[in-house]
Amino acid sequence: MRHVISALVENRPGVLAKIASLVRARGYNIDSLSVGETDDPSISRMTFAVIGDDRILEQVAKQLNRLVDVIKVVDFTNRDYVERELVLAKVNCKPGQRGQIIELMDIFRGKICDLSPETITVEVTGDEKKVEALIELLKPFGIREIARTGLVALLRGDSKDRTGRRSAKKPPAAAPPPPSPPASGEESPFA
Amino acid sequence: MRQPPDMNGAEILARALADEGVEVIFGIPGGVTLPIMKAFEDAPFRFILTRHEQGAAHMAEGYARATGRVGVCLATSGPGATNLITGIADAFMDSTPIVAITGQVATEKIGNDAFQEVDTIGLTATITKHNYLLRNANDIPRIVKEAFYLARTGRPGPVLLDIPVDISRMTGHYRPGPAPRIRGYNPTLDGHPQQIRKAAELLAEAARPVLLAGQGIHISGASEELRELVEKTRIPVATTLLGLGAFPENHPLALKMAGMHGTTYANYALHHADVLLGVGTRFDDRVASRPGEFAPRAKIIHIDIDPTSIGKSVRADVPIVGDAKRILKDLVKAVRPPRIGPWLKQIEEWKAQHPLPTGIPSPKDRRDFRNLLAPRQPWYMNGLPTREIKPQQVIRILDELTRGEAIITADVGQHQMFAAQHLTHLRPRSFISSGGLGTMGFGFPAALGAKIGCPDRQVISISGDGSFQMNLQELAVAALNRIAVKIVLMNNGNLGMVRQWQETVIPGARYMGVILCGSPDFVKLAEAYGLLGLRAVRNEEVRPVLERLLQHPGPALADIQLVMEENCYPMVPVGKNLDEAIVRDPEPPGES
Repeated sequence: MRHVISALVENRPGVLAKIASLVRARGYNIDSLSVGETDDPSISRMTFAVIGDDRILEQVAKQLNRLVDVIKVVDFTNRDYVERELVLAKVNCKPGQRGQIIELMDIFRGKICDLSPETITVEVTGDEKKVEALIELLKPFGIREIARTGLVALLRGDSKDRTGRRSAKKPPAAAPPPPSPPASGEESPFA
Repeated sequence: MRQPPDMNGAEILARALADEGVEVIFGIPGGVTLPIMKAFEDAPFRFILTRHEQGAAHMAEGYARATGRVGVCLATSGPGATNLITGIADAFMDSTPIVAITGQVATEKIGNDAFQEVDTIGLTATITKHNYLLRNANDIPRIVKEAFYLARTGRPGPVLLDIPVDISRMTGHYRPGPAPRIRGYNPTLDGHPQQIRKAAELLAEAARPVLLAGQGIHISGASEELRELVEKTRIPVATTLLGLGAFPENHPLALKMAGMHGTTYANYALHHADVLLGVGTRFDDRVASRPGEFAPRAKIIHIDIDPTSIGKSVRADVPIVGDAKRILKDLVKAVRPPRIGPWLKQIEEWKAQHPLPTGIPSPKDRRDFRNLLAPRQPWYMNGLPTREIKPQQVIRILDELTRGEAIITADVGQHQMFAAQHLTHLRPRSFISSGGLGTMGFGFPAALGAKIGCPDRQVISISGDGSFQMNLQELAVAALNRIAVKIVLMNNGNLGMVRQWQETVIPGARYMGVILCGSPDFVKLAEAYGLLGLRAVRNEEVRPVLERLLQHPGPALADIQLVMEENCYPMVPVGKNLDEAIVRDPEPPGES
């Protein structure tokens, strides 16, 4: 299944390359990756969408945590979080079809960014399902080009995975204790 | 506060290294390290010029493994840096604390394919614990402090500093680095009390418990705690290759080494255990070839300081992250002795039934192999008597002569496994070998580093004729610096371990690329470098030659001419369980 992992990392040259090297060297399959500075300019947030079973994901999170430049890793998967992705799509559109696209954008709360005699470029943000649904609906017009940012995500509510609070409870996947894999004893996921 | 005097980056580096207590640096300089060499002129540490950068990295490793301190090596940019890489990768796999310093082309030339430029940071990203490209001379004290701190704490490993030549020349000031505070690095030291309690309960109720001790015991200095735990619980102890010496093998509860070439009784004990406590081991595939089937009946308690080692290959029912010494101390207090009389009796029976094989039982079985090998002697063996010395006997005689007191380094191959099996390992940090990466050529330079770190101990490099020739250029370093290392060359004229696999794993295979018949006369070679060279060809010569070797005050080499066809057993083939070892050679082809 797909997991969303959020990592706070040092905002320094070379850090992205180190993380990319790790992902490649360990053979993990990354679906999307987005990076951007946080409110603290010395820290960037990386959001990974990773396909794999729980055991692989636990290793991804642990291996990321092992990098000195990685400050904190949280697996959002079984937690309450918001995710968004931004997509730009340039679609074939004769002047007579513009009404249909505009209607679609109303439903998806998207925007028209650019128009030409033959094409229209639209912008939509949403979670993965919404973005996929929109792309399906645009396909009949003929999609010329598409650009997606990859997921960004944050935990809902008051919970915060900010840095500087090393004592904050760590997620089970990132670093035991509490033990990982869940040490119930009877049902080992690796049995 | 008064402004400290102006210094250049290289001088700041030398000062920072001295402040870390560095006593020796191994390496080879080049164009972009010239300012650094200038600054080393007046430094309080030795610089040992090696003959190849790989030798420098392995010497730093040998120094670190023997002493527990951080080893330091240095190379220039480009080829210097790439030559270090095998050693850095080796240190990464075996958790060896080293700091590697590489020169780099000037900052403004980086990325321009400058002379001797290579992307050292990129190349070493996945084989270092951390690496730094320096950008400012004033950062050097802080970064050096961080580098040594990262190298030796947590799960130790290599840290690399890449220093562009303009940073070495840049004017700056030396201000002692602050105590390292790295927000992304905070190793857990104390075990979770609830997990320790759970582990203690499991052990107390076990019927067939066994301990597996890895190199983590050496690194955290936990041998005493391990011994207390064993004395209190009577649980038998197996060790991994890198854990040898963590528990004294003359103890009745010692099972010696487990794994691919481990003792049958250690492997049976692991396979049949109902509770297995692994400490400071990552359960690599030479111990757990089939992780899913490993110790199938056991609840596994896994103690390690590196969270990524836990649950990576074998399951962990009770994972405990932290420092082995602290956790074992807590565990000794919490545990009650289990009732395991029948289990110990069973293990005694296994020990009696399955001693380590000490040589080929019947030469007839091996006639075909022998016929293939015999005409392929090295040239200088012509006219010498037929080979008759068994490798196991050489190691056993060496064991009698050293009584567990020496530091032994091994290379990689059959001789390494014979040494692991047949020496009686008594002391921590006294058997140094390349485990994870399996680097042929590691052992001899590592012995030089170990001897420099521990000048008062006898240091012996047990090597094979294949491994030794991968880094024999460092004989010059031994001779020039009078580093009194003793080389026991287990010379069987072929790449024995590869040949053994061709015989046992690949049905119908012939010898392909394993015969080393062009080797030099190693006695003359040793003499050419200024070492004492000795040779044993007959069985009765082994003991006197080894005695003379060990008594010689300077560096010396003994060329021990072994039978060519001996194989190392027991051997658990890849993909088999620990109770499925091969214990003798397969039937020769076409014999009926």
